[in-house]
Amino acid sequence: MPPLLQICDLTVRFGPVQAVDGVSLKVAAGPFGLGLVGESGSGKSTIGRAILRLVPSSSGRIMFDGREVSSLRGAALKAYRRDAQIVFQDPDNSLDPRMRIGTTIAEALHAHRIVPRQGTSERVGELLAETGLDAAFAERYPHQLSGGQRQRVAIARALSLQPRLLVLDEPTSALDVRTQARILKLIARLRSERNLSYLLITHNFGVVSELCEKTAVLYLGRVAEVGPTDVLLGAPAHPYTVALRSAVPEVEVAGRRSRIVLPGDPPDAANPPSGCVFHPRCPLAIARCHTEPPVLRSVGPGHQAACHRAEDVLAGVPMPTHRRPARASRARTGQPRAGQAL
Amino acid sequence: MTGRLAISDLEISFGSRRVVAITDLLLDHGEIVGLAGESGSGKSMTTLAVLGLAHTVGATVSGSIKLDGQELTGLAPEALREIRGRRIAAIFQSPSTAFSPVYRVGSVLTKAVRLHGATKSEAADRAAEAMRQVLLSPDLMRRYPSQLSGGQLQRVAIAVAVALRAEILLADEPTSALDVTVQAEVLDLLRELRDSSGMSILFISHDLAVVAELCDRVAVMRQGLIVEQGPASQVLSAPADPYTAELLESVPKLASTQ
Amino acid sequence: MIESPSITPPQAAVPRGATLRSGLQANPLLAVGGALVLLIVLVAIFAPLLAPWAGDAGTATHPFDVLHAPSASHLFGTDQVGRDILSRVLFGARVSPLIAAVVLVIACAVGVPLGVVAGFAGGWVDEAIMRVTDVFLAFPPLLLALALAAVLPASLTSVTIAIAATWWPWYTRLIRGQAASVAGRPYVEACRALGISRLRIIFRHILPNSVTPLLVQVSLDVGGVILTASALSFLGLGAQDPVPDWGLMIAEGQSYFTPDWWLVTFPGLAILLTAFAFNLLGDGLRDLLDPKRSFLR
Repeated sequence: MPPLLQICDLTVRFGPVQAVDGVSLKVAAGPFGLGLVGESGSGKSTIGRAILRLVPSSSGRIMFDGREVSSLRGAALKAYRRDAQIVFQDPDNSLDPRMRIGTTIAEALHAHRIVPRQGTSERVGELLAETGLDAAFAERYPHQLSGGQRQRVAIARALSLQPRLLVLDEPTSALDVRTQARILKLIARLRSERNLSYLLITHNFGVVSELCEKTAVLYLGRVAEVGPTDVLLGAPAHPYTVALRSAVPEVEVAGRRSRIVLPGDPPDAANPPSGCVFHPRCPLAIARCHTEPPVLRSVGPGHQAACHRAEDVLAGVPMPTHRRPARASRARTGQPRAGQAL
Repeated sequence: MTGRLAISDLEISFGSRRVVAITDLLLDHGEIVGLAGESGSGKSMTTLAVLGLAHTVGATVSGSIKLDGQELTGLAPEALREIRGRRIAAIFQSPSTAFSPVYRVGSVLTKAVRLHGATKSEAADRAAEAMRQVLLSPDLMRRYPSQLSGGQLQRVAIAVAVALRAEILLADEPTSALDVTVQAEVLDLLRELRDSSGMSILFISHDLAVVAELCDRVAVMRQGLIVEQGPASQVLSAPADPYTAELLESVPKLASTQ
Repeated sequence: MIESPSITPPQAAVPRGATLRSGLQANPLLAVGGALVLLIVLVAIFAPLLAPWAGDAGTATHPFDVLHAPSASHLFGTDQVGRDILSRVLFGARVSPLIAAVVLVIACAVGVPLGVVAGFAGGWVDEAIMRVTDVFLAFPPLLLALALAAVLPASLTSVTIAIAATWWPWYTRLIRGQAASVAGRPYVEACRALGISRLRIIFRHILPNSVTPLLVQVSLDVGGVILTASALSFLGLGAQDPVPDWGLMIAEGQSYFTPDWWLVTFPGLAILLTAFAFNLLGDGLRDLLDPKRSFLR
């Protein structure tokens, strides 16, 4: 069965910056979740926006249900909007502060003539209920809702067009931890009720672990590794994935494991390093990595990595960890002590 | 022994509305204590109160905050200024707004040191030394905030605390706005500081996992009250309070462990 | 689990329309400014009834009552041809505010659409519009108005056109900044993602969210336009005698200023009061529309 969404060699350029550099991904038909994990500068948000045609792609193909959508215009583009929708990260600013909730949701319905004027408030009520909000919220203004409630409204609005693909751009990063959990539960429920496919963009491995069958790890606009989520987390094939995974704090294993600390800062996207873009920070870099960019290649069933030493990583070659484990003794002399006079 | 912060019967109110009521919170010498909670739980207000800055947002403070036995509440502004920065330093969530964009970061660093009594050459030396301690090259001191990344700026902010030989560091969500790998570095740095210089750290965060990684003891706050407090390994693995349990339950778990 | 709105902050659902009253109560500047403006409008409307010597606002002259100081029968005194200054000042309320209204309507009608289009469209459209605007803005406003008024036959219509022509660029620039800022906000991006037409985005999202600073600026500008119109009339380029324009009255009365101070003072006070009233109104509107007050956001 052909994938619902397929992007091939997508590149997006903003002036001198290559935000997305040759990314190829597939999202299967629903119910299905693809996670896009990465840090700032990885291009994950840009990919989401490019799929929704909110930013123009410089080259490459975006195919929805087998048809090319990267060059659609006018009525065809508007029709595509009914197939793919997006929920943004910032619940505080994704709703017009001057419009009531009901009007905001109805706007989308009317733009696509989905319901006649009379049936609007009923449909809005249904959509609100589906995301766990009372129909009375339709009369409220965004500032009268909490962050979690606003995010539910944003989801209801996106779902009003009955899309088959939903891009969720860090949908819970700006929310409190309990609200996050509730929104994630909502997404899981909507996924099964509506047979939804989604592209979940996040920096949080826990989130993709719960909601995504497959995950892609991005670094500086390129795919570092992609594969089934549990495989990626349990047996990664790219040093960045290992380091990223190691950097994520976890309650359960706190203090008991040593962490790989990547030296330096994320690179400048306008001036990417030569060869493999990760090599300056990679604990396993060899001479070849400085000159030859690795190609995304298969390292297991459904599992691909862009690394010359993927096999070594899979084999579990040790990576230098930080010089001390999480908790250490306090005895150390020679350094200025806190509280000493200046 | 320095760097001992004892808070007891602290109440912070806006008019008649009480937003924080802490009966007892202790940060001992060389300890890292986490103050965990959701937004609105009062953790940031507590930080402001310790710094003697609660009145700047219109709040009134009653109760006791003792630094090495010295009472801070009700202290005269001049005396507070001596303590603020020099003995109690603070870093906040957004490193880019912590620095004025028109000054080089090095000048902020040296000015802070000079403000608390050092001479010009001493200040320059201390500043460079502090930069090295936070694993930044002293050359970066010549840069403007816009030329440094979030992680670097946060480390410069920590360098200010180091340069002043502060006994206590209040860290209010210092890594929430940072990438996860950068966060790991900053957390490592904080641990390093505690280990090498005995600095005590009060670490405020909504992220229980970060608190679990970094802190020796943790206090969980909810709507201005501490609902549970104790060794981190204990509170976060076997919580006594249902709210703590609910928070832990809400953290997305990685299905596979390594 | 359905969440009900009872969890929301203390403010109950906002009924449509009830907010204006409560806004006025909370906002003394707006109330006072609004009351004064209302007074001026009423004076303008009822001038024929209020003025003791209504004919003096027109062509009547009284050669035997020339230059009388303020007295019981002539509260503001009489001018150099014996006309009652109080009546002329009252009738003047019809002239200056009307000019201001027309000027500002024209300036908004030209400036706002240009600014919205520039801010929303960006790119070369933005550049083109803003460079034209920059050309107009390069001239000192009074000078430009002067130049225009000088080539047109001297009358109030000319003054109105001249001032409007110099005023619109300020609004274009103001709106363009706002519109550009709003156009970049997530909710506008969300509208694009939902397939909402650009026209609708402009009218239902960009405009309402950009217009607040404009409303405030317009109120504050009423005083400015009146002063500019008065200046042009003072220079002889606008109203001609016997139109009771306040600026013209000052121009005509200035040579009599010592010792007959009342010819200049009362029209001057009228200008001052009107500008002040609209300034207060503008300040009050700014406070009312401040999002932190949250009544009308």
